[in-house]
Amino acid sequence: MAATVQAEEGKSASQGKTPLLAARQITKHYGSVQALRGVDLELYPGEIVGLVGDNGAGKSTLVNILSGALQPSGGTILVDGDEVSLNSSIEARNRGIETVYQDLALAPDLSVWANIFLGRETTRKGFLGWLGWLDRKAMSTDTERSLDRTRIRIGSVQSKAGQLSGGQRQAIAVGRAVAWGSKVILMDEPTAALGVEQQQRVVELIRTVSKGGLPVLLVTHNLPQVHSLCDRVLVLFQGQLIAELFPAQCSVEEIVSWITGAALTRSTNGG
Amino acid sequence: MAERSVSMTDTIRSAGKRLGQKPSSKEFLDKYGSLWTVLVLALVVLVFGLLSSTLFTQAGWEAVSKSTYEYLPLAIGETFVILTGGIDLSVGAVLGFSCVVSGTVMEHMLGTSTGSLGITVLGFVVGIAVGGLCGFLNGILITRLRLPPFIVTLATLYALGGATYIVSEEPIYQIPHQLVTFGQQSLFGGWFIAPVLVALACVVVFGVFLSRFRFGLRTYAIGSNRIAAERAGINVRRHLVWVYVLAGALAGLAGMLVSANFAQTSPLFGNNDELAAIAAVVIGGASLFGGRGNLLGTLCGTFLIAVLTVGLVLVQVTAFWQEVTIGVVIVLAVSVDQLLRSVSQR
Repeated sequence: MAATVQAEEGKSASQGKTPLLAARQITKHYGSVQALRGVDLELYPGEIVGLVGDNGAGKSTLVNILSGALQPSGGTILVDGDEVSLNSSIEARNRGIETVYQDLALAPDLSVWANIFLGRETTRKGFLGWLGWLDRKAMSTDTERSLDRTRIRIGSVQSKAGQLSGGQRQAIAVGRAVAWGSKVILMDEPTAALGVEQQQRVVELIRTVSKGGLPVLLVTHNLPQVHSLCDRVLVLFQGQLIAELFPAQCSVEEIVSWITGAALTRSTNGG
Repeated sequence: MAERSVSMTDTIRSAGKRLGQKPSSKEFLDKYGSLWTVLVLALVVLVFGLLSSTLFTQAGWEAVSKSTYEYLPLAIGETFVILTGGIDLSVGAVLGFSCVVSGTVMEHMLGTSTGSLGITVLGFVVGIAVGGLCGFLNGILITRLRLPPFIVTLATLYALGGATYIVSEEPIYQIPHQLVTFGQQSLFGGWFIAPVLVALACVVVFGVFLSRFRFGLRTYAIGSNRIAAERAGINVRRHLVWVYVLAGALAGLAGMLVSANFAQTSPLFGNNDELAAIAAVVIGGASLFGGRGNLLGTLCGTFLIAVLTVGLVLVQVTAFWQEVTIGVVIVLAVSVDQLLRSVSQR
């Protein structure tokens, strides 16, 4: 089958390296509904991988499993080649897997630095630190530094997240993931709510991130964006990975035909 | 190397931009918007001061400060609760219940003796602990049964109101004399009584706790976006329980301060106090949706109500008009606050 052939090519491209994140035969069912039926996925350093599929194909389920928010019914997840169980999103984060959620998960009334450090606050040394005395200066400085590294400009890190523009908020959510993520960044529709110019800035941000060596798994409906940005594209169809495509070698139309299942019918009939 | 020098220039440029940047009116309003309450308080003080010079005398200050120490601890706890997006209607009932329980315990311990310091301390411990337990009950019901805070604390308001009279129908006068001495102790040349200083100290301590400590930051975060807080790894349910425990314990403390000053514990104490506490927090600029507010605002809100009450008495306005005025002030303060915010959001 065409899909299998393309998958083989993909493996040859990254031969010899250990994937930073790998999923093997992941299944998930809700009662009698089979959301995922044995999905395999590998993410290698510095690549941008698109995960596409129609509504209900299982994209969100897969991302939620990789980010620890959902537990798979079967299959294994490997980080750096070691089998792990991600029982919560905190556990996933502790293993270096950061997620940028569609709704961004920012607290609008907190400052930029507080949003970046929320849940992982830096406290001062000594007894007061044990009680939770925040080292606000250290957190502000670290935030400035890490946002500078990803070339995110938001004015002051003291501004409240709620006062920033949509693009800036998006940049903070991405910046937070980059600041903490050491293995993988998962992004769920990161540009869906943005204007064209802001989308472009986030795209640049994703490129900067992957150049730094972190793989990015990008879930999106924006196919032209997938085509121009991703190194590889994985297509989910009815809970199964049916194709691994390389945008350099295929067109947007081809991706669409895999998403709708038309290409699958064709290749099955042909083979 | 080229790449690096580019990013260095970028860094320097953006740093320069930051340094040279004047705070926008948005940021200014956001930062100092709560000063609005301070201004209103100053204005009200000025107006009543001009109408009756007694307000600026020691007697005037005494009257004002005496009517704040009971509400301040309640309003502090209420601020934490409201910041999480919740509400605690039971603080007044918790105050009454915990001081009556504490009074009963002290009465038993004292027997026939006139008093001991140990029993005074025990009284405080019991009062605060009973208050904290009531708060714990609120917190557990809210987080485990997933009931709205309004419903849960409405229920405990009724239940504890009844329980208070089950414990003691009559006021208890047999309390340690050290407690009474403390409660009526005047300090700094008569300008302060001890309970007022304790209440003000609470504002400072919990103000720092709220604005400079992890607990405070997470309290804001939960009210601002609960899902974001959960995703950030915060145990939201446990945090909420602690917030209600804090509100309850502070109500217990307030109960002890009132008992000490009035030289008795009475089932009448705390009646309707929750309304004053919530009013103070709301006048202080906190949002009932959570995430916004601070203890400086709450302090001003409490004093605003106190100055209004005392001021209206001084200019001989009847008690009923005092309440009307407070109602008007709540509407005015909150609507102007919202107006300021809508400007700052633009």
